[in-house]
Amino acid sequence: MLTLKSIHTYYGAIHALKGVSLHVRQGEIVTLVGANGAGKSTLVNTICGMAKPARGRVEFRGEPIEGLAPENIVRKGIALVPEGRQIFSTMSVEANLLMGGFIHRNNQRQIRDDMDRLYDRFPILRDRYRQLAGTLSGGEQQMLAISRALMSRPQLLILDEPSMGLAPLVIREIFAIIRELKEEGRTILLIEQNARAALKIADRGYVLEIGKVVLQGEGKELLEHREVKRAYLGKGAKQIWEA
Amino acid sequence: MPIWEPGKECISRDELRQIQLEQLQSTLNRVHRNVAFYRRRFKEIGFRPEDDLTEIQDLERLPFTTSQDISNSYPYEMFAVPLREVVRVHSSSGSTTNPRVVGYTRQDLRTWSNLVARILSAAGVVQDDVVQVTYGYGLLTGGLGIHYGAERIGASVLPTSVGRTERQIKIMQDFRTTVLVCTPTYALVVADRIEAMGLEAKNLSLKYCICAGEPWTEEMRKEIETRLFVQATDNYGISEVLGPGIAGECLEKTGMHLQEDHLYAEIIDPKTLQVLGPGQQGELVITTLTKEAFPVIRYRTGDLCGIIDGPCSCGRTMRRISRIVGRCDEVVVIKGINIFPGRIGEILEQIKGERPEFQLVAVRRGYEDRLEIRVEVTEQLFYDKMREQRALVDHMCKKIANFIGITPKIKLVEKGSLQREGGKVKPFIDRRLVKE
Repeated sequence: MLTLKSIHTYYGAIHALKGVSLHVRQGEIVTLVGANGAGKSTLVNTICGMAKPARGRVEFRGEPIEGLAPENIVRKGIALVPEGRQIFSTMSVEANLLMGGFIHRNNQRQIRDDMDRLYDRFPILRDRYRQLAGTLSGGEQQMLAISRALMSRPQLLILDEPSMGLAPLVIREIFAIIRELKEEGRTILLIEQNARAALKIADRGYVLEIGKVVLQGEGKELLEHREVKRAYLGKGAKQIWEA
Repeated sequence: MPIWEPGKECISRDELRQIQLEQLQSTLNRVHRNVAFYRRRFKEIGFRPEDDLTEIQDLERLPFTTSQDISNSYPYEMFAVPLREVVRVHSSSGSTTNPRVVGYTRQDLRTWSNLVARILSAAGVVQDDVVQVTYGYGLLTGGLGIHYGAERIGASVLPTSVGRTERQIKIMQDFRTTVLVCTPTYALVVADRIEAMGLEAKNLSLKYCICAGEPWTEEMRKEIETRLFVQATDNYGISEVLGPGIAGECLEKTGMHLQEDHLYAEIIDPKTLQVLGPGQQGELVITTLTKEAFPVIRYRTGDLCGIIDGPCSCGRTMRRISRIVGRCDEVVVIKGINIFPGRIGEILEQIKGERPEFQLVAVRRGYEDRLEIRVEVTEQLFYDKMREQRALVDHMCKKIANFIGITPKIKLVEKGSLQREGGKVKPFIDRRLVKE
């Protein structure tokens, strides 16, 4: 569904992505694992049109999309749940959802139906639909951000650090939501600091290191992988020179 | 016949190319970071994997890796992970100065057994089968490689290892072996012995015979099939790359499917080193895409074959390689053991302090491959007493057998009588496929 071929993107003067290739198939959850500064966010920005790749191709459902404006990429069917949620905090919950459905604004009926469905799914949002989004708790804000993205009826959902800044119990809830989305057959690209949780629900994963992919495989394979464990799962395995 | 991993073995060529590109990039990133040999090689030609590998074809810029490179890195220099991540070590037959040592991480072993499971499934093996493995269990990859793959399928494995043919046949009969894994010549040795023992092959439970380890022909396949009442398939493996599991025939028997989601294969002209197109015959060059402990980049296997493009009626989309028609270097493969003429020369030299002219000849006696070494007599090697002459030949035989693991037959021949090419003695003549 989504295919990146040898992408190079600069972040200012920094060569942030150095020949990254990856793909996401229909119905898959694919996760990107990597430390801070590995290039995960640049990758998201490149896919969503917020950064322009210097070289390489991004194809979505067989069509090149690199260099398109972000709103056109949303129209192609990619929705982003951004890092730090980025909800419109001075607007109401409902207005946030309407913004998410912006590209379908000529079809009010569809927007109403979708909104109802999302309210059924997250009753807390219905309860607070007139409340300013900024007054929601972190977990509720994340639910809102996910709902807002779903309003565009995306083919591919990109979740950028959905667990960031949330309490452990809330993180569990967010991951339960991601699992539900997967069960509905949605295609998801998940960028996540919490590598263990991400690899557990992912079909496949890529390990990004200073702008390069150094490892890839099935989620559970990577979860068991010594190198991943050592670097990202913090599980006592020492480097050879530390032994 | 069931396909072991239909989701992977039957993927579209487009998707396969994308997967190959991704894996090749991470493999090059890793060897560039972890293996001094490759870092040096890349640096020499100014190749930076992150900048210079945009398409798979960019791989063609990189130099080849030879068996000599691997010998030189003896034992662990080319490993791409610390030894503590390595859970298994195999090695080639010690017939060069240094054997070629390869390692496997836990993940490598999983990959390997899975790939062997694929080729065994393609050759007909299912969970209900009883698989008798007659390859050596040891440092060579044949025995354990097949073993783990067959276990992965869930078949019952009989690790009978090599030799003792009558016992093998008794086991075959009593344990109701359904799949025999062996070299093609050994299959015929078994067929002979079954007859000699007054048994009938059709009363055995054998269904499939899965062969590899030496060059063979369609005629031999027919003979194995009619005499053992089996379907016989070919498969290909080489320790430096993986061991068994690299390519294997399906029951269509029209070439061996390459595991292209784990390997990238090229065919080159061994003289000009140019990459050849599909259908053309040349040397098989393999780059591993998923191996962790011992990745190889453009490894020259020395085996001659061609790539068969185009779909196979079994449904697999992986391209096939033709039968291995021979070697392009001077390596002699007998009973799955690689023998380097140069090494034999060194051993002969040790005996009398001078290197005689000699020639290796592979011959097929009945169904057994043998190594004959013809040595030109010199004054040093000549005795007028028959007994002393005999003792010398026996001594040579023993020394060589000690090194290569098979006992050669040594023939002393008259000076200047060996076949020469451009003034030099041809180091090796293969007479196995010649009807005598």
